[in-house]
This record gives sequence, structure tokens and C-alpha cells, in this order.
Amino acid sequence: MNGYDFTLAGARLVALGSGALYWPDQSLLCVSDMHLGKAERRARLGDAILPPYETHDTLSRLQSDLEMTGASTVICLGDSFDDTQAAQGLREAEKLWIARLQAGRRWVWIEGNHDPGPMDLGGTHLSELPLPPLIFRHIARAGQSGEVSGHYHPKVTLPVRSRTVTRPAFLIDSDRVILPAFGTYTGGLRSRDAVLCDLMRPETVAVLTGTTPRAAPMPRQ
Amino acid sequence: MLARAAEPSLLLIAPTGGGKTLAGFLPTLVDLAKSSHEGLHTLYISPLKALAADIRRNLTTPVEDMGLPIRIEDRTGDTSSARKKRQRADPPHILLTTPESLALLTSYEDAPRIFAGLKRVVVDEIHALAESKRGDQLMLALSRVQALCPDLRRVGLSATVEDPAAIASLLTRHPDPCEILLADPGPEPQIEMLQAAEPPPWAGGGAAYAIPAVMAQIRQHKITLIFHNTRAQAEIFFHNLWLANEEALPIGIHHGSLDRVQRERVEAAMQRGDLRAVVCTGSLDLGIDWGDVDLVIQVGAPKNVKRLVQRIGRANHRYNAPSKALLVPANRFEVIECHAALEAARDHDLDGEPRGSGPRDVLCQHILIRACSGPFQADALFAEAKTVGAYATLTRQEFEDCLDFCATGGYALRAYDQWQRLVERDGFWQLRDPRAARLIRMNIGTIQDSDLLKVRMKRARGGKPLGEIEEGFAASLTPGDTFLIGGQIVKYEGLREMVVEVSRDAARKPKIATFAGTKFATSTQLSQRILRLLAQPDHSMLPDHTSDWIALQANVSRLPEAGRLLIESFPHDGREHVCIYGFAGRNAQQTLGLLLTKRMEEMRLAPMGFVSTDYATLIWGLEPLKDAAGLFDKSALRDGLERWLSGNALMKRTFRATATIAGLIQRNLPQVRKSGRQATFSSDILYDTLVKYDPDHLLLDITRQEAMRGLIDFGRIEEMLDRIGSRIDLQRLDRVTPFAAPLFLEAGRTPVEGAAQERILEEETERLMQAAGLAR
Repeated sequence: MNGYDFTLAGARLVALGSGALYWPDQSLLCVSDMHLGKAERRARLGDAILPPYETHDTLSRLQSDLEMTGASTVICLGDSFDDTQAAQGLREAEKLWIARLQAGRRWVWIEGNHDPGPMDLGGTHLSELPLPPLIFRHIARAGQSGEVSGHYHPKVTLPVRSRTVTRPAFLIDSDRVILPAFGTYTGGLRSRDAVLCDLMRPETVAVLTGTTPRAAPMPRQ
Repeated sequence: MLARAAEPSLLLIAPTGGGKTLAGFLPTLVDLAKSSHEGLHTLYISPLKALAADIRRNLTTPVEDMGLPIRIEDRTGDTSSARKKRQRADPPHILLTTPESLALLTSYEDAPRIFAGLKRVVVDEIHALAESKRGDQLMLALSRVQALCPDLRRVGLSATVEDPAAIASLLTRHPDPCEILLADPGPEPQIEMLQAAEPPPWAGGGAAYAIPAVMAQIRQHKITLIFHNTRAQAEIFFHNLWLANEEALPIGIHHGSLDRVQRERVEAAMQRGDLRAVVCTGSLDLGIDWGDVDLVIQVGAPKNVKRLVQRIGRANHRYNAPSKALLVPANRFEVIECHAALEAARDHDLDGEPRGSGPRDVLCQHILIRACSGPFQADALFAEAKTVGAYATLTRQEFEDCLDFCATGGYALRAYDQWQRLVERDGFWQLRDPRAARLIRMNIGTIQDSDLLKVRMKRARGGKPLGEIEEGFAASLTPGDTFLIGGQIVKYEGLREMVVEVSRDAARKPKIATFAGTKFATSTQLSQRILRLLAQPDHSMLPDHTSDWIALQANVSRLPEAGRLLIESFPHDGREHVCIYGFAGRNAQQTLGLLLTKRMEEMRLAPMGFVSTDYATLIWGLEPLKDAAGLFDKSALRDGLERWLSGNALMKRTFRATATIAGLIQRNLPQVRKSGRQATFSSDILYDTLVKYDPDHLLLDITRQEAMRGLIDFGRIEEMLDRIGSRIDLQRLDRVTPFAAPLFLEAGRTPVEGAAQERILEEETERLMQAAGLAR
């Protein structure tokens, strides 16, 4: 499998190049911050009308990860929708697509700050999900261990020869992993930001997403 | 001027400093002195805020001396909001402003009341506006104002240009005529090449060899301006100049990346006569009183004869003496280019690239601005837009596409009909949500800052601001790296809240700063002149070091010719090389390099990289080129372009500008300026999404069109292909030729992309993991 293997609190995990996290022993796939319906929400607020293809694109990538891993459990780690109304506002075809992906799988929606309440889509809604030795929640908390979270969806900039490469990235240390955003229109927070530097241990590894995920020391300030 | 006050449009062309600005106001002053006037009488538009403020001062004095009851005020981004509010309620007689501030004024619902009674508009430095989207935006705004005030008379003030009729057609309400007044151009300028003790080097742009000669010139003149083509070169030259400045003559530096306070300090010192020389870039072109400047030095070939002549023409005007200028070629090839530019300047053969029809992204912004001011009919707005010269050929379909983009996004997939930005009710288009006007107004303008980060001295509480550097450059720095900014060497300490913190450093040799400064391509006309000069049988008008070099090239290989394409193929240092003398300008030669290496890859010639200058592209690889004709098939090159374009960084950069101007991406948001602290996503993602799902979208169409003219410049490749036909001379040689040799020293080599980037990233991340002790 095209991924970066690592261990968190004894669990063997794989950071995929797509930005999804795979836990083979549990046949579990975790994605974070899809922000589905972002274009719809921006348009609703009277802002510019973004190309309305991001939900399609995000679901396509999720589907291909599910086909590749054959995962039987899916955890959406919060901010799956840009807001609650965006979840209602999905096109029928997109709602059906989500239902197709859910068929025959355990599906958990973790609440995020953008999508706190339950929605009329299948699956279980939880504020967080402990699956020892790991715990899945939207926003990382200091002092936890074995924690899988999203929310900050980091991006990393590396100097490469005379240019730079910026990509969404996983941040991994011995206590936690923070996932990059899986949503096509979700940006990222620089790894140099104080919040991430405070949260992550000095020996943190950043895994850059891309055709082949690449590990590098986390750039920090 | 007074005799022609009733003309609907009038273009006055005069060298700078000839009092043409005051002449532009003369009919206004006479009119206002004769009878009292209620409200706004005359609008004055200048490309620079500083110029608007200057003119206000210069105009207020004579008006007050004569005791005329005329209120004169300026209105720019720097004007306080209280004052702006008062200006809207009670406009002055004469309002001095910028294109952006005017566009903002037209966006208000009370625009008809603000502009009521307006008689005249004066557009200053129109030649500078004519070359940019700011000019297009201005003329669209004026079409709106003219619809409100049908009797509006227009006056344009311009420096010397190659094609006054083209400027006139921009100024006038299409199809009104526009009379052109040509003022006495004054004495011919004296332009020469600087004689230095050493010959210029083979390659590079620093011109360090000329420092002693330039110092000698500074000593002999009152104020010398030393122009450079790029900010990085200006910084390096300034640094070297100070190393040689034993008498510590007061010499300053001025370029667009320096902090505004620093620039203003240099401008003020120059006005007071405290400086003997200023090292500068085009940022000093406008808005400064050049009265005491008695020498202009241009370092590096001028690339464009018109710009050279406009620059030189500004010097020494106070005494009606000829302006004096010296050209300093930075390398051996630029000796030829400088000579050709001198000839062109003497022949008054100014160059200009045709700009093409009005850009549609600016039209999109105009439609949104119009919607802010209230409901409008599509027919009326279309008719208004067509009165702008640049949009005279706009088709109804093109207009409808822009309107549709503003209203719905214009996507093939119609997703959110209930959330349109603009809606049509009873034949009138309007904002669906009137609160959206605020965001649109905040993002008016067409000036594109690439992502720049402020540079400050590191102090406990925010040190002195020094200027700005490109984000990409900042990201490539690691703590301890040194670079030049504002003439001093500083050490990178770190990035804090999007500010680059630096400390002073005593190092003598900095790691070089890169700035966003555009590298201008040599104009078509100048390139043609260079080819004609090479075609002459005798080159003794050039310095010996250069004529000998040309003779050697003719002897060893052959000289490039206008109607033919010279290609050299030779082995060197274990690699095969191909040198293509296209003389198509830097951008087109760069594109040619990308396209040809793609073709060569298909032909299994294993190209590895290339480098381009204004006149040639050098490609290196593993296999020798034996047949050139197949390489230059026009339709194959065009196919390659189509395939290569979509993933290209230049396209993405062009898209970002277009999408920002058209209102898809907001630079300014109500809360704070977008920064890395907020999780934003890049325009690249929008670009990739459109390419994937909506390849015919309006913004992609505009992006392709712009890139073809601008950074990618495929137009000049086609022009070259038409020029050479099938006349390709492939010279197979056993070693490097005299003309190809300098290319080996040229910076800015491009590796052939594709698998290469992944490989480099892999190497780099592995190296970093090893270094950090994290490798497994």
C-alpha cells in the first residue's frame, strides 16, 4: 500500500498519500475536515460563487480510498460539512452517493466546530470515539496520548533546492497524529504556527501528502 | 488648450515637466473663475497617490494667490474615512484621485448625485495607465461617469509615445474623435554608452565591472539616477557601489520592495538636493520632480526603447538643456543590444506591443461594481462598455458570459440557482444580497501584489520595517541565511506572525535576495534591430571586444539572421547541447525551452535541462540533435503547448491574478487580511478543479489568453515561426561557439520537470530525516 507506516500507542497505522489515515488491524479508514458543501455555503453568504465541484471531487477520492483499503469502518473526524445547512443543501445525487459509500460499513460522524449537530444522513454521530489504545476527536487536547485529531489540518512548506514545496501534511509524534484536510477546498494551517508548535513534540515527523507520501522533520519556528 | 476647451476629447503629448498638468487644468480654472459652480466640476486622475497630493499643492497655491473661490481636494486610499464621507456629501470643485478610488466612488448608490454637474476629467500620465489593467478599469469607470454626465469633456496628458493615436483611442468615448496636441519635444537627448576600463563580462546582469566608471560619473554630476531592470540587481549594484564609495558621497536606493517610509525618505532627500545619486528601478519613473537630475544611467540593456526614452526625457528639463544619459551594458551581448537601442532612440523608433482587446476579468469586476451602485439593465451596461476604446469590439456573447459569471459563477454545472450573486428582477440586474456590496467594494482594483511578506529588524517590540520579500523566497530561507535589502546585509532570524524578522549582519557577501520585480523581455522591434545590426558587413561601430566576438562567431559557425533560424548542436563537457537563436524575448524563449525539451523527450534525445535569455535558449541532454525540422513543426508545438499549459505554474499564477480581478478570490476580507493563520486554500486548487471539471470556463479562457501574451508569450514564438518559415540552419559543431558560450554562465537553469520533482523531493526529505536523526 502506498503509505507511510507508523505506530501510535502500540497501534500500527498508515498515513495515506490522499490525506486519509488507515488502521489495518481494525479495517478502519479515517478522514478529517472534508468541509463538504463549502461552495454552497459561500454562495449562500453572498460571497463569490466557487466552482461547485468540490463535493464530487472529495467523495471521489474517498471512494477510491475505500476501494483500495476495503475498510469496514469509516470515521469522519469532524467538519465533514462546511455547516449544518450545507449538509442539508447537498444535491440528491450526492446524498445518495454518501449512502452508497455507507452501505455495509460502520460509519461514524465525529462532531466538529462547523458541524456540531446530527444530520439526516446515515451513520452514528458522536462527539468523540475511544477505540483503545486510540481516541478519535476533532480538536487535539494537550496532555493526551494515542489521540487522532483533525481541525488544524496542517500544511508544510519545505525548501527543495532553489524552490519550495507546500503540501497538506500529517503531523505525528509519540502522543498523537493530526490529520491533514481531506476536503478539496479545505486549506491548511502552516506547521510553523504557534498552536501546532506548542502541541507537537520536538521530534515530530511531518508526512507530506502526494502521489507518494514523504516524511520530513516538522518545520517549526 | 483654451482654444480647444470644447473638444469632447483632447490628448496633450509633451515631455515631462513642461507644465502640461497645469495646462490640463487651465480650462477648468477659467470656467470656475468666470462663474460660480455647484458641486464637482473637474476630476483629475493620476496613477499615483503621491502625484494627486503633489498636484493638489501645486494647484492650490496659484488658486489662492488669485483669490479664486475654488475648493481642491484629493481622495486616495490614504484619505481618512471622515473626509471621504464629507467629500461624498459635499464634493469639492476639483477632485484629485486614482483609478481605484474613482471606481469605488462609482460603486456608491449616490453616484449620480456625487457626479452631478461634472464638466471635465483630466487623466495624467495616461501613457503609463494605457499599458495596464488599471487603465482599462479607469476607462470603464469613466464610461459610467459619462453616462451620468453626458457632456463630460476628457483631457489626457501623456509623455512621448510611439503611437499617439492608440492612446487617443483609449482616452476618447468611442467612437468620438480625439484631437492630439503635440508640444515641443525640446532638445534631443544625448545618449551614449558608458566607457569603462574593463570590457563587460560574458554573462550576468550585475555590471560590477562598471562601478569605478559609474562612481566617476557621479562625482562629475549634481544628481545621477542609476536605473536597473530588476530590484535584485539594484540591491547588488547599490551594495557594490558603497563598497567603492570612498568619499562617502550620499547615495540612496529606491525600489518597489522597500518600505514606503524608506522610499519617501529617499524621495524627500532627493527633492532637497541632499543626494548625489539614487540607485533605483522603474518605481521612481513617476511622480518625482526630476528638475535637478543631470544624468541618467541605465544599467543593463533597456529592453524597450520607449521606456528608455521616457526615462531620459525626464532629466534636466528645468534648464531646457538636452538630457544626458549613459547606457551600461551588463554583458557582452548587451553591448550589441545597447547599441541597437541607441540607434532606435536617435531614429525616434519607439516600440510598443499591441495590447489586444479589453481584458474580460476587468469587465467582470466592473459589472460587480455597477451592481453595487444599484439595479441596471444589461443592454445599457453593454452599450456603456462599448464606448471604451479597448472594449469597442466586445461581442454581446462575451458580455453575457461575463455577466453570467458575476451572477451565477458561469459553471457548466448549475448548482445553487437560489444563491446567485446577481439576480434579474423585472429586467434589472441587482445584488441578491445587498450586504455583498461591502465585500465587492473592499476588493476593487487590478493591482496584483504577489504574496509579499514584510521584513523587520528583530526587536522586543516590533523593529524598524525594511521592506518586503516574496513569500516563496522567505520560505527558502533558513535561520542564519543572509540577504540584501535596502542596501544592507541582514540575517534571517525567523518568521513571526507573517513578518520576516532579521538582524544586522556584518558579512560581506550575502545570499542574494530575489524579488517579484518583473524581468522585461526585449521588445520585438529592438530584437529586429539587433538582427539587422548583426547582418551589417562591418561591426566597427561596436567596441573591439564585441566586434571581435561577433567576427569569431561568424567564422566558427554563422551569425543569426532575421529571416532564418540558427540552431547550433555541439558536445561539451560530456553532454550534448543545442542552442536556438530565436530572438523572441526572454519569456518566449523560456516557453520555447519547455516545449522543445518535451518534443526532444518524445524524440528520445533525453534532454536534461535548459536556460534562456532574450535571444537564445540552450538545451543540454544525452543525445545529439540531428534533424531540426521536425522539432519546429508549428502545429506540433501548439499541441505540446496545450498539453503542457494546464499543469503549468505560470498558468496558475496568471489564473490567480485573473480570478482575483474577476472577483472569484477576495484579497481583502472584512475581519482581517487573509493570512496563513487562517486556514485558507490556494487559488491553485480552484484552478485544478476547473481544469478537471469545467475546462471551458470563462476564467480559464481568460487565463489562457493572458498567458499567451504575457508570461508564456506564445504569440512571439508564432511570430518567430512565421518569420523563419522553413529556413532553419542546423550547424553541427565540435565545440561551444562564441555566441553560445555566455549561456553556460547564465543563471536560472530549468531542470526538465516531471519525474524529476518527485525525485528531488524524495532526496531532500531523506536528507532532512537523516540530519534530524529521525531516519528509520
